[in-house]
Amino acid sequence: MYQYDALDQSFVDRRVAEFRDQMRRHLAGELSEDEFRPLRLRNGLYVQRHAPMLRIAIPYGLLAARQLAKLADIARRYDRGFGHFTTRQNLQLNWPKLADVPDILAELATVQMHAIQTSGNCVRNVTADHLAGIAPDEVDDPRPYCEIIRQWATLHPEFTYLPRKFKIAVTGSPEDRAASEVHDIGLHLTRDAAGSIGFTVLVGGGLGRTPIIGQVIRDFLPLPALLSYLEAILRVYNRHGRRDNLNKARIKILVKSLGIERFREQVEAEWRLSRDSSPLLPAAEVERVRGFFRPQPYETLEDFDATSGREPRFKAWYRYNTRAHRVPGYRAVFVALKAHGHNPGDMSSDQMDAVASLAERVSFGLIRTTHNQNLLLADVRQKDLYEAWLELERLGLAMPNIGTLTDMIACPGLDFCSLANAGTLGVARQIQERFDDLDYLYDLGDIEIKMSGCMNACGHHHVGHIGILGVDKRGEEWYQISLGGSANGFTALGEVIGPSVPKSEVASTIERIVEAYRALRADGERFIDTLRRVGLEPFREGAYATHPAAA
Amino acid sequence: MRRILRRREIVADDWRHLGEGAEEGSALIVPLVELRKDPERWRRWRGRLGVRLSSVDPVEELAADLPRLDLVAVEFPTPSDGRGYSAARLLRERLGFRGELRAVGAGVRQDQVFLLARCGFDAIELAENEDPDAARRALDRYDVAYQGGSPEVALRRQRFSSRPG
Repeated sequence: MYQYDALDQSFVDRRVAEFRDQMRRHLAGELSEDEFRPLRLRNGLYVQRHAPMLRIAIPYGLLAARQLAKLADIARRYDRGFGHFTTRQNLQLNWPKLADVPDILAELATVQMHAIQTSGNCVRNVTADHLAGIAPDEVDDPRPYCEIIRQWATLHPEFTYLPRKFKIAVTGSPEDRAASEVHDIGLHLTRDAAGSIGFTVLVGGGLGRTPIIGQVIRDFLPLPALLSYLEAILRVYNRHGRRDNLNKARIKILVKSLGIERFREQVEAEWRLSRDSSPLLPAAEVERVRGFFRPQPYETLEDFDATSGREPRFKAWYRYNTRAHRVPGYRAVFVALKAHGHNPGDMSSDQMDAVASLAERVSFGLIRTTHNQNLLLADVRQKDLYEAWLELERLGLAMPNIGTLTDMIACPGLDFCSLANAGTLGVARQIQERFDDLDYLYDLGDIEIKMSGCMNACGHHHVGHIGILGVDKRGEEWYQISLGGSANGFTALGEVIGPSVPKSEVASTIERIVEAYRALRADGERFIDTLRRVGLEPFREGAYATHPAAA
Repeated sequence: MRRILRRREIVADDWRHLGEGAEEGSALIVPLVELRKDPERWRRWRGRLGVRLSSVDPVEELAADLPRLDLVAVEFPTPSDGRGYSAARLLRERLGFRGELRAVGAGVRQDQVFLLARCGFDAIELAENEDPDAARRALDRYDVAYQGGSPEVALRRQRFSSRPG
């Protein structure tokens, strides 16, 4: 993984010192809350419902074992001994003390980490495919480009005060595992006819209040032009994006109002004028960064059936919680943060420590976070799988439900977030309890539930096969259900099926929906495929048919 | 007398904004809208002339006026309105403006100074109650940067420099 040099280290150290001074001035009354807010947000610090919340950056979801151990240590010493992994592959601490935050940031800097630009109206953590570098279908590893973009975007002199937040995702595989089409900019690695690396550039995607799928602004952008083209897009947005209405300030609204053709003309015109004075991306710098992401020193092994003679629970785990690796003899292993009875994405300090140590033993000391709120050990020898499973099982991190209905995404919701209209964690528990039978889950197969506690859509509900959105109805928590969303390969936005349901009815409504699927499905047909084949109507009927409580 | 930060020095401001009681022949900063309203009057102005852009004024429209201007002031109504950063880079890098480029407005705080200078502002007219000494120190908050930028800020190292001239 990327290692800081003297420049990177000096930058984060100075950043900590700057924030320490800003915190001091705030606590001394020299910076009002309004003045302090944009400064603290750009260092990941929110003030939430019960306490401050600190969002720590995990660039493109890659962590070294010592970094995960440091996160465990910080959560233990400065918080309540756990953290929450997010859909942007970051980690949130929900109970730090305001005055401790500069010390926490200083701790992070000792392991080449930070919380810079994890919130605020600036370029956020760049995300990537969690199978980057090991996926069998990959064109090129997206992570070096993510790292280059991270650096370029960090305290960018021109683009640190944008109209609104700005999210970039890079993916290197035909199968989009980074939800790149619902990002402000999505970059798809591709090669031109001559075999040179470049990007298909999408712009204007996003969820939130106005969900929109990104559109192609450029079919092929040569790699050396990456930063100059990003600058052209950002400059058009910085100058012309709306600043009068927070809800209309994302780039997707600008692209929508101009139309992709006119927006493209403006960006290309800006690029032609500015590219000679824009930042260069020298081949040597690309090579320097790529050098940090070389394949691991894999052993020469052969694939073998690791499940042979093992118990059924291990076999189920192997099937659901491990993935193919491009190198024979290896598998990628999910660390499931979706155990029933636990909040999706939460992990205790003890679990973090143990996983860090497991990664040292079986996966080259590296851990990844996924946008589905799980972790991944990317490079496990098949002969180590059983040992890894035993340890994960002991830690409560081997729930064999990855890709099933209870591997759901949920934002922290009303229990923590000051923006939320409704709780998500209680609903997640309700669904886990209702669908606690693994055989039933396996029979239902691949179903993605994504849940947000408000229309800001941190839980990506628009792109869930089943989306759940918490709404406030006269002070009560109700839930709107949508169906048909997808962010994998074929990006689609879900459609709301009807009136929202009260909190007590969410799991039973979902049960009726999946029962409708069981009645309708062809042999071997996935939920989303049945839905696309027969349309929404039969599901809507199923959801509400026997449901007098819906209002 | 107003003090401003100019090229790392805290100096008495030798400019007046329109409405601050400037005498004929003095150095005066005029809002773009006023400049456009009565171009003859300002063509005849005998002193140094500057223009003040609001954050929505398109900077390209100033191209023809620049040879006549000694100063361009770019307004930051709040610290969060970042349009002026783009305006500054366009003035310096595309339109080739070499006169004084001044950040003005309620959004010009010590925590913005480092970025402002990196975008090419060589004069900072701080918001009321901001401490000029703190603002001057803020120019040295970092000794490295990832991007290229104006030499107004002295840095030890930069990662992505612009194309050499």
